[in-house]
Order: sequence, then structure tokens, then C-alpha cells
Amino acid sequence: MQVNVDRDRCCSSGMCVTTMPAVFDQDDQDSLVILRQITFRPDQFADLRLAAQLCPGGAITVTEDEPAELDD
Amino acid sequence: MTSTPAAAIPMPAPHSAGCPFGPPPAYTKAAATAAVTRADLPEGESCWLATGYAEVRTILSDRRFSADVRHPNFPLLLPGRREIIAENPNFLRLDDPEHARLRRMVTGDFLVKRVEAMRPAVQQIVDEALDRMTQGRTEADLVTGFALPVPSLVICLLLGVPYEDREFFQSVSRTLLSNTSTLEKLSEARDELLDYLSGLAARKREQPEDDILSRLAVRDDLTPRDVAGTGILLLIAGHETTANMISLSTALLLDRPDHVARLADPAAVPGAVEELLRHLTIVHTGLPRVALEDVELGGATIKAGDGVIAMLSTANRDETVFGGAGGTPADELDLDRDARRHLAFGFGVHQCLGQPLARAELQIALATLFRRLPGLRLAIPRDELAFRTDSFIYGMRSLPVTW
Repeated sequence: MQVNVDRDRCCSSGMCVTTMPAVFDQDDQDSLVILRQITFRPDQFADLRLAAQLCPGGAITVTEDEPAELDD
Repeated sequence: MTSTPAAAIPMPAPHSAGCPFGPPPAYTKAAATAAVTRADLPEGESCWLATGYAEVRTILSDRRFSADVRHPNFPLLLPGRREIIAENPNFLRLDDPEHARLRRMVTGDFLVKRVEAMRPAVQQIVDEALDRMTQGRTEADLVTGFALPVPSLVICLLLGVPYEDREFFQSVSRTLLSNTSTLEKLSEARDELLDYLSGLAARKREQPEDDILSRLAVRDDLTPRDVAGTGILLLIAGHETTANMISLSTALLLDRPDHVARLADPAAVPGAVEELLRHLTIVHTGLPRVALEDVELGGATIKAGDGVIAMLSTANRDETVFGGAGGTPADELDLDRDARRHLAFGFGVHQCLGQPLARAELQIALATLFRRLPGLRLAIPRDELAFRTDSFIYGMRSLPVTW
């Protein structure tokens, strides 16, 4: 699974950090989202999808590696 | 649907005395028929009312819907308020890029890690408020004794507003949020609060301290009016919302010992607070937007220039999202439900900036209240409870309790 963050869309709600503090952080300088990890374990996939859905600015995009995983 | 509208829902709709914790019955009924229906505003114009979860999320996150209150068709729930609100809107009522410019000046103060670091201070504020409320007494009004002091003290600390001035700003905030305030009173309250915060900001510009108002006041890219506008937004949003969530949650939980018992488990508290936020959704009047383009949504054709009200409370009880096979129905409270998808803080770029702080305050306040006062109960019959039905933020006028 690949995760991309678009800092231009980030509105610093902190939903991603609240959902997955191990993966997401907020930049001390500009308060915008930063990724703390670039590779993810399968047991993180469900929460990563949730973090993408919960992002109010639509700043987080999750790309599945295999189409078979799409239906979760 | 646009050519033969069904009977339009009058906005704002009255609450039900029998079910004071739920959304007004007219909205629940509308939600049961269609995700997007027609509604009538007090000034006689009609607008759209979105009640479904997916539709509300779309309206709040799609840039084809504007939050700019200066738009002539922006739907207002109070007649005659347009001039007052549109005169110098705070960033809640602006679109990007104006909104983002102003919002980003304060996002640093509400970072999750900064709020987490504030937890010990919030715990101390909660403990001291409970000490004061219970000292030498066996009965108190939980609103004035606990629910209001806790978030007021926290936001005063963050903003740099003297807590001694609480009676003034709490009373003015109530006037600004009430939908029964006359235009004259409203305008007077707005000016008083603007003058108060402008004065405070001017003093902080001379002698800055470690608080939000000081950080805003020393900036050269903000007018004094913008500083005061952001200050008003943070001050009101910072104490009114959390105070009413604390008092409503307490009133709801008081005769449900099984639910109260869940709050004794620290691991269950964050999830329980999300469910309370979902179930109570205190912004009962919904969030207003205006369409900038034609949009097909929930079976309706919303035309450019149409007003839309996104009803958070019904979206948060959408059975297709929060119910589900074998689960507790979305209308009921279930503190073990995964309620994290709720829209109580709104959605889109305007989603509540202070939500990490609100969560921390609610988690600490509710868990501590029920731990320290295990015998907490109502001091009056339940049917005599006084709810704030005239406010944009739903809540309680008072909550007499004993322990």
C-alpha cells in the first residue's frame, strides 16, 4: 500500500495524527501533515484507509498494491 | 423534485420535548424520506436541506459549495442578520484562499502534540473546578459549577484572555448564539466583544505574552479587526461548544449506570467521547453553504446560487453508516461503537480547528467527573431539565445535580 499526502490540501485538523500517530505527524514549522513512515504493514492498512476517509481536506491518498485488496 | 417540491421543512425546526437529546423531529422525518429535501428559511426564501451522511460530507468538502457569508444567497437562519455577519466575517465564513490565510495563523496552537502536552494542565483545571463545586456543598448547578468553567479556563489560558472577565464574555457569547436575540442586542453584543478583544490585543501588541492573542497582535499582516475577529471565533467556539457537550453528556449519562461504568476504563474513554459527540451533535441548526455551480446531489438538482443547510445531527444518525447488521441502531447511544466517522466537528477545510483540544477536555472532564462523584444524580425530576432550544449550539441552561 502507498500513502501520499498533499500538503496544499492539508487544513491541520489533526484527524490523521489522532487516528494513526505512528504514521502521521504535524510539522512544527507550518502545522501541515508529514509522513513518518513510507512503508506499511498489512495490519496498518485498515487504519490507513480510515485516515484517508477522515481527512477533511482530502489531503491523504491511499493506493492499494493489488486490486484484490480493494474490497477489504 | 425541483418542479414539484414536497412540503418544505421550516427552519429552524423546534425540538421535541419528549426526546431532548435527539435532532428536531422535522429533520429526522425529512431524513427518512430523502437525503436532500426543500426547506424554508425564516425570511421566506427556500433552500435545500441535506440530511444524509454522504450528502452532508460532499457539501462540506466540495469546493462547489461556498461558506462565504457575503454571497447574497447565503442561507441565514435568523432574519436580518446578513449585514451584521457579512460586515467583517471571521474565517469560518470565508472561502480559501482568504480562509486558509487566517486559519493557518492559529493552527500551530492546536496541533495534536501541543494539545497532548496540555493534558496535565487540563486535568488540574478539571480537578480544581470539581473541588470548588463540591466544597461544603451537596448540590450544585453543573453548568455554572463545572461545564462552563472548565473550557472557559482552558481557552482563556490559550488565548490570553483574563478569566476574571468570564461573566462578560460568557453572557455576550450567549447573546450572539441565541436565535431569539434582537438585532439591536446582537449588534451591541458583537461591538462590545470586538471592542473588548481589540483593546486586549492592543495591550498585548505593546507587551506580548505567550498566548494566541499576543502572537496575532504582533503580526503586521493582520488588521486589528482581523485579530479581534479571530479572537471572538476562538473564544466562543472554545468555551460554548465544549461546555454544552459536557452538560448534555452528563445529563444523558446520569440515569445510565452501565454507560457510566464504561468511562471508568481509560482505554474506553476516547471511543466513548466520539460516540457522545456523534449522538449529541450539538450544532443542531446545521451548517449553511451556498452552491456556486449546479450540483446533482441525493436525487436533487441544486442550482448555482441555491442555499444549502448541511444537517450534521441527522448525518450522524445515518443508519447506513453507523447502524449495520447486528449492531446498535444509529439512533441509540452505544459507547463501544466505532463512531470515528462522525461529523460533529463538521467536514472539509472548515472542520473544527480545536477538535484535539475539545476531545482532550471532554475525555478528562467526563472521566474525572464520574470517577470523583460516583453518586452523581439529578437534583430535579428529569422532565424539568431546561435545554437550550433557542441557540445555534444546543445544550443545557442549567443542570442541578447532587452527589
